[in-house]
Amino acid sequence: MAEFALPKNSRIQPGKRFPAKPGAQKVREFRVYRWNPDDGANPRIDTYEIDLGSCGPMVLDALIKIKNEIDPTLTFRRSCREGICGSCAMNIDGTNTLACTKAIDDCSGGGVPIYPLPHMAVVKDLVPDLTHFYAQYASIKPWLRTQSAPPAKERLQSKQDRARLDGLYECILCACCSTSCPSYWWNGDRYLGPAILLQAYRWIADSRDEDTGDRLDQLEDPFRLYRCHTIMNCARTCPKGLNPAKAIAEIKKLMVERRT
Amino acid sequence: MSAYKIQTHEFDMVVVGAGGAGLRATFGLAAKGLKTVCITKVFPTRSHTVAAQGGISAALGNMGEDDWRYHYFDTIKGSDWLGDQDAIEYMCKEAPAAIIELEHYGVPFSRTDEGKIYQRPFGGMTTKYGEGPPAERTCAAADRTGHAMLHTLYQQALAHDAQFMIEYFALDLIWDSSGACCGVLALDMAEGTLHLFRGQGTVLATGGYGRAYFSATSAHTCTGDGGGLALRSGLAMQDMEFVQFHPTGIYGAGCLITEGVRGEGGILRNSSGERFMERYAPHYKDLASRDVVSRSMTIEIREGRGVGEHKDHLLLDLTHLGPEVIHEKLPGIAESARIFANVDVSRQPIPVLPTVHYNMGGIPTNYHGEVVQRAGDNPDHVVPGLYAIGEAACVSVHGANRLGSNSLLDLVVFGRSVANRCAQTIKPGAAQRKLADDACDKALANLDRLRNANGNTPTAAIRLNMQRTMQSDAAVFRTSKTLLEGCRKMAEVFASFEDVKVSDRSLVWNSDLIETYELQNLLYNAVATITSAEQRKESRGAHAHEDFPERDDANWQKHTLVKVDEKGKASFEFRPVHMFTLTDDVGVVPPKKRVY
Repeated sequence: MAEFALPKNSRIQPGKRFPAKPGAQKVREFRVYRWNPDDGANPRIDTYEIDLGSCGPMVLDALIKIKNEIDPTLTFRRSCREGICGSCAMNIDGTNTLACTKAIDDCSGGGVPIYPLPHMAVVKDLVPDLTHFYAQYASIKPWLRTQSAPPAKERLQSKQDRARLDGLYECILCACCSTSCPSYWWNGDRYLGPAILLQAYRWIADSRDEDTGDRLDQLEDPFRLYRCHTIMNCARTCPKGLNPAKAIAEIKKLMVERRT
Repeated sequence: MSAYKIQTHEFDMVVVGAGGAGLRATFGLAAKGLKTVCITKVFPTRSHTVAAQGGISAALGNMGEDDWRYHYFDTIKGSDWLGDQDAIEYMCKEAPAAIIELEHYGVPFSRTDEGKIYQRPFGGMTTKYGEGPPAERTCAAADRTGHAMLHTLYQQALAHDAQFMIEYFALDLIWDSSGACCGVLALDMAEGTLHLFRGQGTVLATGGYGRAYFSATSAHTCTGDGGGLALRSGLAMQDMEFVQFHPTGIYGAGCLITEGVRGEGGILRNSSGERFMERYAPHYKDLASRDVVSRSMTIEIREGRGVGEHKDHLLLDLTHLGPEVIHEKLPGIAESARIFANVDVSRQPIPVLPTVHYNMGGIPTNYHGEVVQRAGDNPDHVVPGLYAIGEAACVSVHGANRLGSNSLLDLVVFGRSVANRCAQTIKPGAAQRKLADDACDKALANLDRLRNANGNTPTAAIRLNMQRTMQSDAAVFRTSKTLLEGCRKMAEVFASFEDVKVSDRSLVWNSDLIETYELQNLLYNAVATITSAEQRKESRGAHAHEDFPERDDANWQKHTLVKVDEKGKASFEFRPVHMFTLTDDVGVVPPKKRVY
């Protein structure tokens, strides 16, 4: 049987350890992936001991405490700290999620492992390169497309039609779902992945949109849509509780319906 | 400074910032045929507009009688007569068309039974010039209106094929010898390379500086970068003393709980369960304007009627609204309350506290978004080549206190306005202004200093000192004593920046360096804020001065202009409030006593 191993320069080495200050009451370890392209070294795991008695409740609070008080070189994205901007998506305790809404107490026992989103090129430490993900988003032309002239006032939409957007429009483009999907890991260059397909369905489901045919044509492709194998990692990992797999299934249903 | 290589890029317009205002300006300018680039330190949908919850105001009248003139009156009254009435007329009159435009772009607004845009009551929004019942004027997409809007605006920017430079950080504005802005020097965070974006016009849409305070609803990235750029260029900022405290930040976490909760019927209660706002605002109660509610809450806590172990916060009760209203209209805050306060809002009240939320002050502009300064006797001198919009700007439509749901409106109305103005005044492809060879030297010297800063105080330590000072000395209530003390302490903190230490020496994604730049910007904003507050000897809107508890129109109905020099020393001038309108559609509203 063939054996696979990471290339030499990708193997993760043990890193530095930053012990808690003497007298710390409630110490928890955070094991954080570190990699800096400038220094030519392999990635490593640095271990930080944090006194939870002087730290906020979320994993992001711990990361900020590390950056502020222990190691200012630790690099990660963050902004709103309330789960709406999608900046601090990363792999925490084995699951893709937002550091700002993941409570430290909800992590399983022992050290908390923190890695960048899986299977993406790493820019530095916990910062992944999302360029391709954003390009895929643009590729589905994610805006309201209409042929009819806009009315003088708003386009009317019933409450029921508006309710069809619930569970879709709330997506924050954090990429947790796509980077949890084995099919996206394998075919991410051509498969659009759960986040982008959820966005595609958001417009198909919008009663105001008049370009459903073209939207479906663009998805009728062995890779863009049909690499979804209902693995369902996307729905399990979404930090906003959305279900991209269901949106993908709805698109597949529409594909079948229009053939008959 | 030749050691630094700079790549130069030429555009007609350079927009800095990709929140609601920056995006609306970017694709508006692109649609007018101007070659436009938007540089932004975060991917556009990460901008803080995304966190706006309750809605965007416009007198559509979908839910009952309304008129943009009522909105105009409410905004002036809300501003405590410090807002410029020409700009307020412009904004409120343009509002309905701006909302319809957003709907046509695809914003997923909540709907009425007739399928129209759903509107909810909000603080300070009334009918019949403050005499009628609360207005239902705030257009909402559940309680995620900012998210819905920001994503839609980014989608429109994609539709218009607008050009973005994402994760580029603006270091400094670049000027020619005549005092015209020629563009901005920026750092590509991913590569650590320098880029000079030349433009006939530069638009600052960089948002507020909430992070000058210890506890703010603002994102970590709200660091007043535009204000920092302007102040470092020697420009004056306007009305910086007016900092809005939102009545309902989650106690402890500081996350926002929308005023829409009270719009939907939520009630503030003290330790005895009393609906205390009835005593402070008999007519509009919990829907008085934000400065009034935040002051009332602070008094309740001060007088011992707070809740919790330390009696230091209050309760927002929505248990009586029922699960349907919460599910349909307020799902986002139910989620936030669960995550950050461990509260089930259908059964328990949310612990809340007034929390820094919005900066009424900013870079002074006219209603076209052109930056203005006082030049001798002319209070409205236009700075060539520079524009500002959104929270970074002070038009001033919000005056001394912004009404909830007027900020999202501000973003789209003035983002659009600047695009319209530039379409008239700027010729596509025209020659750039001539720059001296040393035009970037000052900016590069600052970069060189911060990159290699090797003092004794880490960025985070100076930032914490600043945040604690601002939190304690420029709070909801201010006194001469706290303000003087705050000015003294802020001067020390500003001076301590000489001793800053940057640990990360790498070029790629050096967030230690970026945070140090952000701190520098925050420090300028913070000094401008506390010194402006110290010199304003009256109480108006969000500036509640206990030694001068009354509004003093005779001496203080004027805009503060503040400059901060390299040593952190502030100097002041003033501009008159515009007590005139653009048209005869509406009359000037003279000052009167402000009661809700």
